[in-house]
Amino acid sequence: MREALDAERALALYRTMARIRAFEDAAEEASRGGVAAFGASLSEAKVRGPLHLSTGQEAVAAGVCAHLRKSDLLTSTHRGHGHTIAKGAALERMMCELFGRASGYNGGKGGSMHIADFSVGMLGANGVVAAGIPIAVGAAHALRARGGDDVVCCFFGDGAINRGPFLEGLNWAAVQALPILFVCEDNRWAATTATATTTAGAGALVRAQAIGVPGAQADGNDVYAVWAAAGKLLAEVREGGGPRLLHAITYRVKGHVSVDAAAYRDAAKHDRELERDPLVLAATRIGMRETLEAIGREARDEVAAALAAAHAAPWPERQSAYTDVQDTGAGRWRG
Amino acid sequence: MARMTYAQAACAALEAAMRLDPQVVVVGEDVGRGGIFGQYRGLQTAFGAARVIDTPISEATIMGAAVGMALAGLKPVVEMRVVDFALCAIDELVNQAAKARYMFGGQGRVGLVARLPNGLWSGSAAQHSQSLEAWFAHIPGLVVVAPATPQDNHALLAASLACGDPVVYLEHKELWGFEGEVAASRRARLGEAEIARPGSDATVVTWSRTRHAALEAADLAERQGVSLEVIDLRTLWPWDRDAVLESAGRTGRVLIAHEAVQVAGFGAEIAATLAEESDARVRRLGAPRIPVGYSQPLEDESRITPQAIAAAGIGLARDHRR
Repeated sequence: MREALDAERALALYRTMARIRAFEDAAEEASRGGVAAFGASLSEAKVRGPLHLSTGQEAVAAGVCAHLRKSDLLTSTHRGHGHTIAKGAALERMMCELFGRASGYNGGKGGSMHIADFSVGMLGANGVVAAGIPIAVGAAHALRARGGDDVVCCFFGDGAINRGPFLEGLNWAAVQALPILFVCEDNRWAATTATATTTAGAGALVRAQAIGVPGAQADGNDVYAVWAAAGKLLAEVREGGGPRLLHAITYRVKGHVSVDAAAYRDAAKHDRELERDPLVLAATRIGMRETLEAIGREARDEVAAALAAAHAAPWPERQSAYTDVQDTGAGRWRG
Repeated sequence: MARMTYAQAACAALEAAMRLDPQVVVVGEDVGRGGIFGQYRGLQTAFGAARVIDTPISEATIMGAAVGMALAGLKPVVEMRVVDFALCAIDELVNQAAKARYMFGGQGRVGLVARLPNGLWSGSAAQHSQSLEAWFAHIPGLVVVAPATPQDNHALLAASLACGDPVVYLEHKELWGFEGEVAASRRARLGEAEIARPGSDATVVTWSRTRHAALEAADLAERQGVSLEVIDLRTLWPWDRDAVLESAGRTGRVLIAHEAVQVAGFGAEIAATLAEESDARVRRLGAPRIPVGYSQPLEDESRITPQAIAAAGIGLARDHRR
């Protein structure tokens, strides 16, 4: 069943994008000096280590996840804040995790790169490119064993299609007709290399089709286009049609990590891409300027509260470094 | 009590677990036809292709899918054919299975049993003959099990399925047809060694197929008036320190014998512990640091024979230097 996009849904999509943007803007600010790479040196920062921002890609997370239920499962990437928020995670516990606090989703053990909220079916961001694909395959087997029409949504980037698990996982999913929507969130940059310069052929969708996984391509900066395409494909997956792939073409506004100024990109081309900000495109379409401004304010207020909570949140006890390792042999830390 | 092969014993334990718990599934190549060593014989007929899942030759996705299955509530048994092929799935085993519970703050856990047949496989050369237990013992999060007998393959597989942690389960490639008595009701505890033969002059600490070589070595030594105690660790992580230290305290001499390359093998960990915590004199006997060759005389260079263990054990027992 294809649903019509009414004003209420349009505002909901905009709200999701605004919350992702506000969260990542604040996280970026709090990460300054938090990683020693790309010529930056380490200093005092609230958010430590690599912070991969999905700024400019919010329409993909929002448009796809709007169709997901809490009982659907999701695997994500190192650039996973947007997916996590769109699947229903709470900003405060996410920010606490980025701050490394005990009240974070992972108790401070994961940070940005491993953010997860199993209570909403978000099975984790992953520090290894394409690693979520095999995990999604297994999760889909588990859903099948459970019965019902829940699905797995598996996000990965354009860089992932050059790793083996892409071929392995799509082939397996097709052979087993597993309920998975694969979403290639193609921001056109694989770390600091333009993906086009390292990728043969026409990319994710053509490769998927060659394996027998049908799909569609969408403008990943147009939240309505993503929403419509994902809705159609997810309906097919839910009906038992087997896996589908959505190739959403978007643009990575920030560097690979927050300290990467991405000076290797052509400035004029970059400026042209910025004109296609998904929030601006959606706002133009929706109108209702005051309502959208209010949504933006609410999102920033929510993030401000999350930041305040994260600043005040307690650090993990040192002893918690030794929990959730393994039960068998627990306590044998040194031999 | 029934007489079974090592392969049949594991199959019986798995079948019993699958009957008790519908969440237990098998995933890997050729499992529907019983596995290449017969260790899954009859299971797909009994439980169907949705629980005994035949897969493409996609090691990374076999292991990675098992992680996803476990995070979403299933208890997968991973068939990896031989340990050497698990190197195609090392990210999924080391970065995903071993880490997921920890890095997600305990929100999910990865209870799985990855069966990676380990050790020399006669005539199969360098890429099918490795003993990699030390690699896995080095990784926090993993349990490492190496059964040597049909009884232990039954009881330890059952214990591994029940423990809820990711278990690297190292059956030996050359033990599949090894026969012995199996009591299905007998339980084993992960981390508990067995004194396979009591002795008084020196202790041989070993595991997997080398247990049998060590028992033969103890016979040879006895004929020369030397009494060797043989301890089969059975589990390498966590390994039974108490049993080894207790025996070392009695005999004062410990030889660690294993089929893996001696350099940085798991014997080094045991030797280091003995150096720190006992007064025992310690020696190691492992394979030379060479790939396993194809031709018989080349392959033999990597084998740990009963004669070599006996010679090392006797030498250690008669070494009275301080």
